[in-house]
Amino acid sequence: MSATRSKYIQGSTGPWEIVVGLEVHCQILSAAKLFSGAATEFGADPNSQVSFVDAAMPGMLPVINKKCVEQAVRTGLGLKAKINLTSVFDRKNYFYPDLPAGYQISQYKNPIVGEGEVFIDLAGGETVRVGIERLHMEQDAGKSLHDQHPDHSFVDLNRSGVALMEIVSRPDMRSSEEAAAFLKKLRAIVRYLGTCDGNMDEGSMRADVNVSVRKPGAGLGTRCEIKNVNSMRFIAQAIEFEARRQIDVLEAGGTIKQETRLFDSRAGETRSMRSKEEAHDYRYFPDPDLLPLVLDQALVDEIAASLPELPDEKRVRFMQMGLSAYDATVLVAERETADYFEAMLAAGADAKAAANWLNNEYFGRLNKAGLSIADGPVPAAANSAIVQMVSADVISGKIAKDVLDVVWSDGGDPRAIVEERGLKQVTDTDAIEKAVDAVIVANPDKVEAAKAKPQLVGWFVGQVMKSTGGKANPSAVNAILKARLGLPEGG
Amino acid sequence: MALPTDPTDFSLAEAREAVAAKKISSLELTAAFIKAVEAARPLNAFVTETPERAAAMASESDARLAKGVVRPLEGLPLAIKDLFCTKGVRTTAGSNILSNFVPPYESTVTQNLWNAGAVLLGKTNMDEFAMGSSNETSHFGPVISPWRSRGSNAKLVPGGSSGGSAASVSANLCLAATGTDTGGSIRQPAAVTGSVGMKPTYGRCSRWGIVAFASSLDQAGPMTRTVRDAAIILKAMASVDPKDSTSVDIPVPDYEAGLESGVKGLRIGIPKEYRMDGAPPEIDAIWNKGAQWLNAQGAEIVEVSLPHTKYALPTYYIVAPAEASSNLARYDGVRYGRRAKDVHDIVDLYEKSRADGFGPEVKRRILIGTYVLSSGYYDAYYLRAQKLRTLIARDFTEAFRQCDVLLTPATPGPAFAIGEKTADPVSMYLNDVFTVTVNLAGLPGLSVPAGLTAEGLPLGLQLIGKAFDEATVLCVGRAVETAANFTAKPQKWWRAA
Repeated sequence: MSATRSKYIQGSTGPWEIVVGLEVHCQILSAAKLFSGAATEFGADPNSQVSFVDAAMPGMLPVINKKCVEQAVRTGLGLKAKINLTSVFDRKNYFYPDLPAGYQISQYKNPIVGEGEVFIDLAGGETVRVGIERLHMEQDAGKSLHDQHPDHSFVDLNRSGVALMEIVSRPDMRSSEEAAAFLKKLRAIVRYLGTCDGNMDEGSMRADVNVSVRKPGAGLGTRCEIKNVNSMRFIAQAIEFEARRQIDVLEAGGTIKQETRLFDSRAGETRSMRSKEEAHDYRYFPDPDLLPLVLDQALVDEIAASLPELPDEKRVRFMQMGLSAYDATVLVAERETADYFEAMLAAGADAKAAANWLNNEYFGRLNKAGLSIADGPVPAAANSAIVQMVSADVISGKIAKDVLDVVWSDGGDPRAIVEERGLKQVTDTDAIEKAVDAVIVANPDKVEAAKAKPQLVGWFVGQVMKSTGGKANPSAVNAILKARLGLPEGG
Repeated sequence: MALPTDPTDFSLAEAREAVAAKKISSLELTAAFIKAVEAARPLNAFVTETPERAAAMASESDARLAKGVVRPLEGLPLAIKDLFCTKGVRTTAGSNILSNFVPPYESTVTQNLWNAGAVLLGKTNMDEFAMGSSNETSHFGPVISPWRSRGSNAKLVPGGSSGGSAASVSANLCLAATGTDTGGSIRQPAAVTGSVGMKPTYGRCSRWGIVAFASSLDQAGPMTRTVRDAAIILKAMASVDPKDSTSVDIPVPDYEAGLESGVKGLRIGIPKEYRMDGAPPEIDAIWNKGAQWLNAQGAEIVEVSLPHTKYALPTYYIVAPAEASSNLARYDGVRYGRRAKDVHDIVDLYEKSRADGFGPEVKRRILIGTYVLSSGYYDAYYLRAQKLRTLIARDFTEAFRQCDVLLTPATPGPAFAIGEKTADPVSMYLNDVFTVTVNLAGLPGLSVPAGLTAEGLPLGLQLIGKAFDEATVLCVGRAVETAANFTAKPQKWWRAA
C-alpha cells in the first residue's frame, strides 16, 4: 500500500522515499495550568499568570489538574487509542532560565494514552492510516525575551506550567502533503473534541518533525528531528528541504547524523542545532512529588459517552445523506463548518441542496472576504431559508444569489426580503404564456430562425425572463416556449 | 503536681496548663524563652530570632485567653527548623544560596501550629538543606550541643540535621521545636541530646512549604522534652493537605488520649540485624534494658528479622541524593536567593551562583545524585535502589505480622566532637544506620531518651510502628520514658560564657 501512494523524489542515483513522523504539542484547553491554579489566557501581561508553583519557589508542590487529565483522556479516545489507567509523571532535568524548577514534569515511560490511529484524506480521494504511538501530558516552559534590553534577557513565566499534550505519530507519512494532511486532521479532531484550540499562530499547536529518506523498499534511514515548526506551510517546506538535503548528502557518499535541526522560515532551510552526542542527558526519573496517576474505568467510560461525533463518522453520515465524498470531506474539515451545515438542515434545508449552496456560493464569498464561517454575516437559518425557497420553486437560483447578497450586506430574513421586494418566482402558467406570446408576437423573424435553429430558444428564454424581472420559473418558460414554437420537448 | 519555678523548665503540657489556668501569661512565658534564647547564643542554635513577632503573637494569645478562647497550643512558644517557609521571616535552609530569602507564604505545618495558637520564637540552625548528621554543614556555622562529656570542655555536635531544634529543646530555649527527618534528622539529634523526636508516617504531615531535600523521604515531626509533648505537637502539625498530593487523608487521632494505655499484651519486635558487630557495648546494653522495661510492663518480646537492613544505607545514599540533585536545581540565582555578580552569560551565572551558594556536602550529594540518574547508570543505581527500597519495606510488613512495634537503638553511639567526622563522610553517614530504614519504608519512628553513657552523654531508643499507627508508637514510647526516668539535663555552661 505504501509503495503505491509514495511520491518518490528523484535523485541522481534513482528514486528516494521520504519517511515522516510528527510529535505534535497541543496546549490543553483548560482555564488553569497542569499543576497549579494559575490562569492560562493568551496575551496577558508578562509574569501576570504565575503561581508560586510555576516560579518553582522553595517548598512548592505540584497538584494535578483533573480537568487537564480528562482532556487528555478525551483526546486519546478521539484518537481511538488505548487509555492507560495507570500513568506516571517523570522529571526531565535540564537547566534553562525559562524552566524555573530545573526540570519539566512530563510522562516518559508510562504515558496516559497508548496506541491509536488517525485517518488522513488525500487530495486524490485516497485515505491513509497514520498510527499514533502515544499521547502524554507535560508542562510547557516559560519564554525567554532577548529583545527588551541591550544586555539583559528577561523571562516571562506566563506559559510556565501550562498543560500540553504531546501526540507522537508513527513514521507512517511518506510526503510533505501527508504530513500536512495529518496535522490538519489532528487539528480538526482536537477542535471537535474541544481539547485544544489548534491555534498555531498563538503556539497552541506546534510540531517537531522527524524526517528520514530511504531507497524504496529499504529499511528506515537515520532521522533528523526538526524542532518547533509552527505552521502547516513551514512543515511542508521543512520536510521538502530536509529530504532533499539528506538525499544530497547520501548521494555524495556521506552519512546522515542523527541530530536536532532548526527550521529557518526566512531562509527556507533547516540548520543543525545539536548532534546526538551533544544531546542533553535528561536524567528522567519518576517525580516523587506526584503519586502515579490512577484513573477509574468509570471516568473513562463517562468521557467516552460524552464524545462528540468526530469528522470521520460525520463524513460517513453526510455521505449517507447523499453528499459526494468531496462535499462531505469539505464540510467535516472544521467542526464549525459541519455545525453550520447541520444547523441549515435542522432549519429545514435539504442536505444535498445545502451542501451545494455552501460549496458553490457561501464559502466563496467567505474566502473572498477573508472570513471564517463563525465570523460570516449570514446565519445558518438564513442560508437554510434561501436554499429551501429554491427547492420549493419559490425563487430561482439566480434570485437566490441576489437574496444572499442582500442578507450578506444588510442582514434580514430572506423570506421577508423575497416577499417585500416581490422576488417570488412566477409559476402561474397564464402569466408566463402571456409573456411568451408577447415576445413571439414582437419578434416574427426570430421565430422563423428558431424553427431552423432550435438553440435560439435560449434567446427567447432570456427575453421572457427579462420581461418578467427574472421571476418566471425557467423550466415553465422553456416548456411553453417549445410548445409555442413547435419544437420537440426536452433537448 | 508542683510546677518548676523557672517557666523555661516547663514541659509543653505543663506550660499549657499554666497558661490556661492563667498562672502565667503567654507574654511572661514567651519573655522568659526570649531571654533564654539570647543567653544561649554561644550554642548558635538559631539562625533567626523573632522576639518582636513572638511578643506580638503572645499578646494576641493573651487577648484570646482573656476572652476564654483557648486553642490547643494557645500562647506556647516554639522554635521552627529553618527549613519551614515562614511568611515574612527569612528562611535559609542553612544555606548561603537562600541566605536572603524571605518567603511570601507560610508552610502548611507551621500554619497549622499558628492556627492552634503557638508562638514563633525563631528559626533554628540546621545542616545545609538538611544534609548532615552533625549540624556542621550549616552555612551559619555549627550548632554546639548543650551537652558535654563528664569532665571535658570539648564542644560536641547536637546531631543533625535538626541540630538547632534539638539543642533548643534540650537547653530549654523553647517548649518544643519542629524538625524534618529524611534519614534520621529528627530522631538522631533527639537521641544524642536527650530529647524526644518523632518522624511520623510519610504523608501524615504536609510537605507544602518545607524546602525539599528528598521528596519521597522528607517528613516533618515534633522534637520535645517529653513523649506527651510530642503527642500534643504532632496532633497540631498533622493534616491532609490538598496542596501536597502525597499527604494522606486519614483522620488525625488524639494521640495524647491513648498515651497511658500501657503496653500489656503488645508484642515488641527486636530486629536481629540491628545488632551490629563493633557496636559500642553501651548501645547493646541500653537496648536490652529497653526490652526488659517493656517486658516488665507486660509486653511480649519477640525476635524478628529485617533481612535487607544491610542494604538500607547504600539504598538511601542513592535515592536521597538523586531526588536532591533534581530538587536543588531550582536554586539557580535567576528568581530568588543569591545571585553571583560579574557574570558574562547564563551558564556562568548558574555556575558561579551555585558554586558560591552551596557548601561541600550539598555539592557532594548533587554530584552523586546526578551521577546515579545519568543515562547508562540509572538502571544500575537508581532502579536497583528502588527495588531494594521495595524489599526493605516488605521486610517491615513481614515483621509486623509478628509484632506491633519494633524496638531498636536510635543511633550507633552518643554525640561526637565537632570536627571528629567531617573528614570522613562515610563514618558520618553511618550515624543514620538505624534510622534510614524507617524513611525508606515510610513508617513512623520515635526516639526516646533512655540513659547516659559512662561519660554522661544521652543515648536514645527508637520505636518503629506500622504506617499511621503513631498512637501505638507514642504509647510504647511513653512506657519506655516512664521506665527510663531520664531526668538528666545539660549544665547551662553557656550562660557563664
